[in-house]
Amino acid sequence: MPNVSTQVHTGTKSNVTSIGLQKRRESITGYSFILPAVLLLMLFLLLPFLLAVVFGFTKFNLLRPDQIKFTGLDNYVLLFKDKLFYKSLYNTLYFTVVVVPVQSAVALMLALLVNNQLKLRNVFRIAYFSPVITSMTVIAILWISLYNPNEGLINSALNMLGIPKQPFLRSADQAMNSIIFMSVWQAAGYQMMIFLAGLQSIPKDLYEASAMDGANKFQQLKFITIPSLYNVIVFVLTITTIQAVKLFTQPYVMTNGGPENSTRTLALLIYQQGFQFRNAGYASAVSVIFFMIVVLISFFMKRFFRDR
Amino acid sequence: MADRRIKIFIYGSNIIMSVLFIIPLLWMVVSSLKPESQIFADLGSIKSLLPTNITFDNYIKAFDRIPMLKYLFNSLFYVAVIGISGLGVNSICGYALAKLNFKGKGVVLTAIIALMIVPFESIVMPLYLVVNSLSWVNTWLALIVPFIANCFSIFMFRQFFMDIPNELLESAAIDGSSPMKTFLKIVVPLSGPVFTTVFILDFISHWGDFMWPILVTTGESLRNVQLGIQTFFTLPPIFYGQIMATLTFTTLPIVVIFLLLQKYYVQGITSTGIKG
Repeated sequence: MPNVSTQVHTGTKSNVTSIGLQKRRESITGYSFILPAVLLLMLFLLLPFLLAVVFGFTKFNLLRPDQIKFTGLDNYVLLFKDKLFYKSLYNTLYFTVVVVPVQSAVALMLALLVNNQLKLRNVFRIAYFSPVITSMTVIAILWISLYNPNEGLINSALNMLGIPKQPFLRSADQAMNSIIFMSVWQAAGYQMMIFLAGLQSIPKDLYEASAMDGANKFQQLKFITIPSLYNVIVFVLTITTIQAVKLFTQPYVMTNGGPENSTRTLALLIYQQGFQFRNAGYASAVSVIFFMIVVLISFFMKRFFRDR
Repeated sequence: MADRRIKIFIYGSNIIMSVLFIIPLLWMVVSSLKPESQIFADLGSIKSLLPTNITFDNYIKAFDRIPMLKYLFNSLFYVAVIGISGLGVNSICGYALAKLNFKGKGVVLTAIIALMIVPFESIVMPLYLVVNSLSWVNTWLALIVPFIANCFSIFMFRQFFMDIPNELLESAAIDGSSPMKTFLKIVVPLSGPVFTTVFILDFISHWGDFMWPILVTTGESLRNVQLGIQTFFTLPPIFYGQIMATLTFTTLPIVVIFLLLQKYYVQGITSTGIKG
């Protein structure tokens, strides 16, 4: 008996050490596998992020980072007195609040239009999707031409309908809405694809059963399709919102923030303060606020939709 | 009867909507193939969307004025390098997070998910300072290295690798295969779709790079195609036909890549809803 027990004992012991060794080896492998990515992310994402927070409390010229001066909350005090900051914040939120529901609604409508067995459905899908793969710079330049107040395609079309010429990007009242219209056209196909995947995961027998009960297409849409898409809709709204808050390329290329700052956004403000006026500290403070807005939005969206 | 009416309604709506959606891009391509005077003569009639008097003059003249081919090559080069090196770095990280056990794994995963939310716009200036202090401004390194590791890609790889059965990996380990060898010989061959998806998402998003190249490329030698067309657009004399030629030319490569890898791109969007 004692013999057996010793044998068992030693057996377990050597197993423990070999498992321990194996575990340590696996750990080392794990660390070495994540090392390249983690190092790169620390240097080019985490470090800049932390620097932005620190720089927000300082004053320095981008070209003279050695002459950095700690100024506490000065940038934030300045920022909350800056009319241009409020204007940029307002423009960013205005763009977001209009684009998100409109674009998502258009996308859902397009998804419903191509979610069927039509022979040409793939042609339609590619038509809706083609602006998505076209780069934003190309689209912005193209639409400057389309929006041309004198010889643009859109004004020519309006002219045929008997509507007078519109200034579009040249007018403080119309510039932002013109950018919104173009942005919806550009990105709706993207959300459409997500909705389409959602639509195709709804079980077919739900529709068959409701049709037997005498439900018409509209009732099916209201009582089956929309409720089944709930999670997808939340997802689409969230990513569209975060995307919209970052608005930069369109106003940079098309209007440079004008006319009369009507298209100046937070991202554009960061760029201009930081790189054109070299106010690195001030631009960092705006960056921090900008980041907090993005975090707040994603947090709020999650809470708001979970509670319902 | 009702079904038939609905079908006609859906067809009709689709035709109207897709025409509206395609008009701007159609006008771009058609105008690039017309003499300048014809573009304006055709405005205000349906002819503006039809190729009349086809000519490649706009392309020839525009290419005389700016080195479009060089810009195109620059873009293809650095975007492909980001994409390919990203596949290596991110896939192996995603694999470790999916299939290996080590202390701190949870923290790393949480950090990567949290970092996904940091908008590029909010770190662009300090990132510029980091790159500047490495003396990388106006080098390929500035355009490439900061974007190789990508939280979204790591996360997508991880999600895909989670579904690979453990038995497969364990039996390879018992046969004496090292973890790296298991990854390269067993996991990678099974994971073609996720590699393609990550590559095309990365490629299309960096193909559109605009803000960053403005900052880190000062001369013409590294200018990408987006900056090229933007510069050309502001370079007098302005000819619409030539501008449309550069726009069309810039869009062609992405159309080719999209048509080749369409399935994977759409999968990427629908599985994660992520695009640059």
